[in-house]
Amino acid sequence: MNHLFKKRKEQLGFFQGLLSKPKSVNIPREFNESAIMVCDSCGGASSKKDMASNLFVCPSCNYHLKLTPQQRLYQLIDENSFRETNRKMSSTSVALFPGYLDKYNKNVENTGNLEAVVCGVATIGGNKTAIAILDAHFMMGSMGSVVGEKITRLIELADRKKLPLIIFSASGGARMQEGINSLMQMAKTSAALAHFGDNGGFYISVLTHPTTGGVSASFAMLGDIILAEPGALIGFAGRRVIEKTVNEKLPDNFQTAEFIKEKGFVDRIVARKQLRNTLITLLEYHKEASI
Amino acid sequence: MSHLTAWDRICIARSQNRPKSRDILPKLFEDIIELYGDRCYGDDAALIGAIGRFEGMPVTILAQSKGRDLQENLACNFGMMNPEGYRKAMRLAKQAEKFHRPIITIIDTAGAFPGKGAEERGQAEAIASSLKMFATIQTPVLAIVLSEGGSGGALALSVADRIYMMENAVYSILSCEGFASILWKDETRAKEAAELMECTSIDLAKKGIIDGIITEPEGGFDHQSDEVYGQIRSIIRRELNILTKIRVKNLVQQRYEKFRAMGNV
Repeated sequence: MNHLFKKRKEQLGFFQGLLSKPKSVNIPREFNESAIMVCDSCGGASSKKDMASNLFVCPSCNYHLKLTPQQRLYQLIDENSFRETNRKMSSTSVALFPGYLDKYNKNVENTGNLEAVVCGVATIGGNKTAIAILDAHFMMGSMGSVVGEKITRLIELADRKKLPLIIFSASGGARMQEGINSLMQMAKTSAALAHFGDNGGFYISVLTHPTTGGVSASFAMLGDIILAEPGALIGFAGRRVIEKTVNEKLPDNFQTAEFIKEKGFVDRIVARKQLRNTLITLLEYHKEASI
Repeated sequence: MSHLTAWDRICIARSQNRPKSRDILPKLFEDIIELYGDRCYGDDAALIGAIGRFEGMPVTILAQSKGRDLQENLACNFGMMNPEGYRKAMRLAKQAEKFHRPIITIIDTAGAFPGKGAEERGQAEAIASSLKMFATIQTPVLAIVLSEGGSGGALALSVADRIYMMENAVYSILSCEGFASILWKDETRAKEAAELMECTSIDLAKKGIIDGIITEPEGGFDHQSDEVYGQIRSIIRRELNILTKIRVKNLVQQRYEKFRAMGNV
């Protein structure tokens, strides 16, 4: 046990170093503008610069590529308006499950974030809003104790300060490595939303690729308004599990945003180019809700 | 009590001979009247919904039902609920709230059903709504994990003021097969996963997730284990006695704080 604590202490030192580097979240991470990006869907190549100016939507096939939380904020919010909350929160159980610590460290290094969600307060078209963005690049956006706690604190902050709330989901579900504690985050976040809603709070849930498992089965599906990005995978169980259970091949469009909308579970599919304006319109409509 | 491995307990919990919801309900409640359907799509036999009396007090019973033989197993989909099951649970929970009846849930499921129709009818939405509704329902809720409590499918009926587990029951983020499949892409390592998952009643009591354990005789309880049924009755008696005396507003607040505290950060 002692060596685990020692290891964790070393880790914390590493994180502190990482966090002390000045970093503005309003600037997307550095990249080589002439670098070529290949679309995950059609395989079409574009320069990273063109892709970025097209909001990381493939110009050939309209596929909406995954965004980092920083890219999402850059596209969406008023310049320099973001104040991050609970940035340094980390889990006390990363050393407990075999292989978890290594995997976690790699994800920290690759993303520059300490967890799979970025939370804070920003203005969008002048509307002050509590905002959470899950990061599919960080352990598949999975929800463990920290993701659940950060989201719950943000909901409570929105409740206290009478702010509207927007959560961008992108997650494979609950984080297996943290076991039952991950499962309980579904109950915790949903309970916080229940109280927020009872107090008149306004919550927009935006489902992005992918939103599945314990995240879709908790806060992601509880929006007063639920939006989805085109083509996003949205569902509860994984495709392979379902195919194995029912012993049939599922249609290609199964569990897409379009499919889920047809079944009646999202309010609107909104292309990335229209997202900021749609959110501003919805926030303006519900200004009274937050007072 | 603790010489059994987690895998041993999983095997006991899943044994076909172990009493199922249909066996234990008549031993705990009188005048049971089953109520069916979600008033929306259909009835889900994987969830028994009923009104009954516990030592004279009217209660609403929501019990996941795996079935006692193959015919029943098939009829109730081995206890794996569809969205209409969760919607039936919510309907009857709201009814319980309206008529001031405490709710007793019995958990026994490997998980929510991963079927095609379940996705089409909004399995995720049904579970999410259930979590949200139980979080603020204005009546006492007592959950008992009978054998298997798997993933969101079990959690949806366990957002309760008190959660008890049978000694040999397991309660986890996913079945150990699913866990092994996700982490190692190898379902056959389920036994290994079981030991890592901390899913036994003893593990969960230590973590403060549950409020107590109902002890079982060596090898698991059976239809003749009157002492075990006596323990369950005395827990229900004691907890209902406490919970029904708490003002509803405080009860909901305490329930919030209970789940609010869960997690390691």
